[in-house]
Amino acid sequence: MALSKQEWLALEKKAHELRHLTLQTTVWAGSGHLGGGMSVLDLLTIMYYKYLNIKVDDPKWEDRDRFILSKGHAAIAYAPVLCDKGFNDPEMLKTFNLSGSKMGMHLDSNKVVGVDASTGSLGHGASIAAGTALAARLQGKDFLTYMVTGDGELGEGSNWEGFMTMNHYQLSNCIVYIDRNHCMIDGNTEDVMKLEPLADKLTAFGFNTICVDGNNIKELCDATDIAIERLKEKCNPTCILMDTQKGAGLPVAGDYHCHYMAIDDPTFEEYKKALDAYYAKRVERAEKEGE
Amino acid sequence: MAGGFVYNAIDQTEVATAEIYGKAIADIMLNDPKVVAITADLAKSTKLGDVLKVCPERVINVGIAEQDMMGVAAGMAKAGMVPFVSGFSAFCSMRACDQLHTDICYQKANVKIVATHSGTSFGQAGSTHHAITDLAITRAMPNLTVIVPADGVETANAVNAAYATEGPFYIRINRGFDLVLNTTMDYGFEVGKAVTVNEGTDITVIACGSCVAQAKKAAEFLSNADGLSVRVLNMHTIKPIDREAILKAVMETRRIITVEDHLVTGGLGSAVSEVVVDSGKACAFKMLGHQGFAMIGLQEDIMADAGIDANGIIAAVREVMKKDFEEDDNWDDEY
Repeated sequence: MALSKQEWLALEKKAHELRHLTLQTTVWAGSGHLGGGMSVLDLLTIMYYKYLNIKVDDPKWEDRDRFILSKGHAAIAYAPVLCDKGFNDPEMLKTFNLSGSKMGMHLDSNKVVGVDASTGSLGHGASIAAGTALAARLQGKDFLTYMVTGDGELGEGSNWEGFMTMNHYQLSNCIVYIDRNHCMIDGNTEDVMKLEPLADKLTAFGFNTICVDGNNIKELCDATDIAIERLKEKCNPTCILMDTQKGAGLPVAGDYHCHYMAIDDPTFEEYKKALDAYYAKRVERAEKEGE
Repeated sequence: MAGGFVYNAIDQTEVATAEIYGKAIADIMLNDPKVVAITADLAKSTKLGDVLKVCPERVINVGIAEQDMMGVAAGMAKAGMVPFVSGFSAFCSMRACDQLHTDICYQKANVKIVATHSGTSFGQAGSTHHAITDLAITRAMPNLTVIVPADGVETANAVNAAYATEGPFYIRINRGFDLVLNTTMDYGFEVGKAVTVNEGTDITVIACGSCVAQAKKAAEFLSNADGLSVRVLNMHTIKPIDREAILKAVMETRRIITVEDHLVTGGLGSAVSEVVVDSGKACAFKMLGHQGFAMIGLQEDIMADAGIDANGIIAAVREVMKKDFEEDDNWDDEY
């Protein structure tokens, strides 16, 4: 069912709050992976506030949908989501990255409630996701696995091993997202290590590839709905290639230098205003294009 | 005992160690639908034939992709299954090292790795396929139990124990046949507890895997030829190591030799030496193992070349027995 204007606006509001909380967490932490956190935040929002079949009061429920954040450094955005959702005390965010905290730069599934896989070393999510999806198949369960990798992360060959397994076993119960924010630490992906033609590569690996604006909630939901619709048959999995902006919503959006940054007080104020303006623009779009 | 299968000396003279693993895991899988076997194009080499006969749908072959194999196993464990991963030791430990570390050990995933072709048992394949660093690697992994069975019967015991115990295991077995050490499964196998293969009071040889049978042969020879009383411990569990048995050997025999089909760096010898040093008790100590990349050839020839066969152990025992422990100021004749 197409996303209603009302639901779109509600998700926009939630994403807006989470962007602010992510920025605030970066300030509490002293620094953080703000760029990649902001680029994937719309996906995290629709996952945790629309799609994932999970129980906050039973986080280990064995039939829950799985979400695997292969780009584990986006924890600076993921931790706020898991706290806002109710899995963890939001007070924990104030300890993010600090000595002795349960919340490090990359979340530990044995310490932070709601995390399905401890990631951080890049290129691990695809295989783990293939494993959870295969386990669902073998056990006759209908839970879904959602997995997101970064784009620079695709340089790790292990991703492509996992993709081959997903396609060989026709794991349509696994939906793959690529956060194509075009940046990596040392520069733009096409300068550091060329990825294009990425959609063709993914399709060649057997995916039903859908390209969307990954910072547009409507497009993300529409693509996810298509992927879920395809679950009815055992077929090749869907990969949603999300064109995003690193640091989406911030004045530094699109600049690879925002991969990891510290925020001083004046910048914090400037960025908060920028996020508000970004939200206003997005609401305007939802009002105009929503149905 | 979980699984319900029983093996004896006759079985292991007729089937290779990995085949006993294959039969053991087939038996477990028949009785438990949550168990799954995962391999990377080595279903035949790692002897999963019996599993393929009884439950082919639960044999997952990921192709030649060990990193994927470990990640998939971790994912399946996270979703409630009990994966037994089979692959060559060299690739389980080295190619997939990060996945072993991060996906399995860090997350305490209930994955059992049965790594075959270990040590120099695939000797003719050369150093690309020798696994003589795997104990150093796996021993350094928190949360991982590391077992080196000495023969087929012990492999069945180790597989049973791994199945019955929550948490990640690395079980290191050989290619082909092993010399028979245990004639039945009922000899008191317990994870983390060394088995005394030969009683002795003059010196202790602590061995694992292929080297246990060699140490036993050496002890028997030295008893007859030199009148020596050589204690032989089968230290099948490298981690957690049996501190008690090691310290007992230090106190009672004052001389220890370790022997393993692995580099002297980081394996059994290192593990034993850490216990000895930590105890603060002096003892003569010698580590037998590979000093560098091993030669190409049959395992028995490689073991002879490295001095980890019975002859090498005999020579080492005679050397260490020359060291005295008199209470004098002369340290030249002591370690």
